[in-house]
Amino acid sequence: MRKKSFTKRSYQAYLYLLPWFIGLVVLQLVPFVSSFVYSFNDYTVGSKLDFVGLANYVKLFTKDKDFWNSLKVTILFALYTVPGKVILALLVAMFLNRNIRGINAVRTLYYIPSLFGGSVAIALLWRLMFMDNGVVNAMLSKLGFGSISFLGDTKLALPTICLLEIWQFGSSMVMLLAALKNVPKELYEAADIDGSGKITKFFHITLPQISPILFFAILNQNIQELQNFTSPYTITGGGPMKSTNVLGILLYKEGFSYFKMGYASAISWIEFAIILVFTLVLFGSSKFWVHYADE
Amino acid sequence: MISLKSKTKKLDEPIKDKAGFLDYLIILIIGIILLYPIIWMFMAAFKSNEEIFGTVALFPNKWLFKNFVEGWKGSAGYTYTRFFANTALMVFPTTILTLISSTLVAYGFARFEFPFKKLLFTILLAMMMLPNTVVIIPRYMLYNRFQWIDSYMPFYAPALLCCNSFFPYMLIQFLRGIPRDLDESAYIDGCGTFKTLIEILLPLMKPALFSAGLFQFLWTYNDYFNSLIFVNSVRKYPISLAVRMSLDSESVVQWGKVMAMACVAVLPLMILFFAAQKYFVEGIATSGMKN
Repeated sequence: MRKKSFTKRSYQAYLYLLPWFIGLVVLQLVPFVSSFVYSFNDYTVGSKLDFVGLANYVKLFTKDKDFWNSLKVTILFALYTVPGKVILALLVAMFLNRNIRGINAVRTLYYIPSLFGGSVAIALLWRLMFMDNGVVNAMLSKLGFGSISFLGDTKLALPTICLLEIWQFGSSMVMLLAALKNVPKELYEAADIDGSGKITKFFHITLPQISPILFFAILNQNIQELQNFTSPYTITGGGPMKSTNVLGILLYKEGFSYFKMGYASAISWIEFAIILVFTLVLFGSSKFWVHYADE
Repeated sequence: MISLKSKTKKLDEPIKDKAGFLDYLIILIIGIILLYPIIWMFMAAFKSNEEIFGTVALFPNKWLFKNFVEGWKGSAGYTYTRFFANTALMVFPTTILTLISSTLVAYGFARFEFPFKKLLFTILLAMMMLPNTVVIIPRYMLYNRFQWIDSYMPFYAPALLCCNSFFPYMLIQFLRGIPRDLDESAYIDGCGTFKTLIEILLPLMKPALFSAGLFQFLWTYNDYFNSLIFVNSVRKYPISLAVRMSLDSESVVQWGKVMAMACVAVLPLMILFFAAQKYFVEGIATSGMKN
């Protein structure tokens, strides 16, 4: 080990890190603290900060009828999409983890929907396909089913949007497939000698071996989906009856339609708190199921 | 976490579990389900409203090429030529600035020892978990003060200042796989650290830089939330906002036209993907991706 001290080389290192460090302070840490400060103020573009204490939060929790609904919708959105996406990705990856000719082509094609993550064009496609008189309903009626109001029903609109997210499971699948390929074959051979069944092998070999990557996938998806905005905003605009009005939409409307920056900051901090809680719970649970090879 | 050593070659190694006919059938069915919406979108781009809503047939009865011609005319006085030019002006500099800044930062972290390195690296990683929504309002106020609203500066600035930790992290992982002897001998030969980076490491980093560039391109191209907030005038709209506008600007929506422009919007991504799919798929497989 070289001794760590302020040598000429270490000053050079700081020079290389300079762009990141400026960005960290100016565009990340200061805004992070600022939005916390804003959330205790009445504040719009062009005005001065007007300290109101907890008023924004009190209003959110007690007066704003939309807030509790949005909170529920946001959490449901993540609870539907993250497990849906990750489990589907794992199932397909496990299915593809065998001797398949042209596996690279299959992997590529399955990845295509993920290419359009967050794309407006694809969200519009979804909106069109799932309309009351859209192609999905036309197919259902051809098959003899009644038509379903996917985007007009307060119970179905959210799952229909979640389906778009789940459809884009490709990148998680590619990651998990790579992880599955890296599980040492000797482990399975040893299990075969012991006469272990498929399920035992999955829980005792496969799952522990791929757990770090599975954990990483869940963590990332979770942070992303709790912040989702484009899909619900484009497909339903938050409706019907606000049943898809995620916190992102609420924040956008308060902040960038009404320019109530203090109030919107309070919403952003609630969103941050939820993401933090989900993340901490995940990290807490990782002790029980994530196994790192070098431990 | 996961190293960026290329392990994907193993994919072609023989595995005991051989796929049979039924497996190929299932693979095909999953594939059709996954790709059908995109194929349908492409076909719908040639259809009239009557055909889009009236039938389940995939292929149009009458191919309406005019959907593309009409759609391209755009709305509010600007054509898609303009919107594509705007997108290029937004996406290319953002991608290039990201690559430059994250190369420098990755080099600093991967090849130097300095006080507080561990702390700074932890901060770098932790920033990956900082949600965009919690900083977006103060950033808006800041950009507003700089009069950067309705320009592409809100995209360039975070790229120049390496604000998405994912990219330096990806490059750090890659640099760790390149033997230190290479650049240390160059350093001993009298190359400065910057010259070492440019002449020795940069050529070796090409694949990782290419992957990183592709992802930044893709994310900036697809981005809607930031464009919606920071770009206000139609004159400066990128594709994402233009496609959305095509829906709002008419009383009776001609969906064929909307889908035609949706196809046009995703086409560059498809071309890029097929031209460089190796970098996409291996970039994800090896670096532990988001999205």
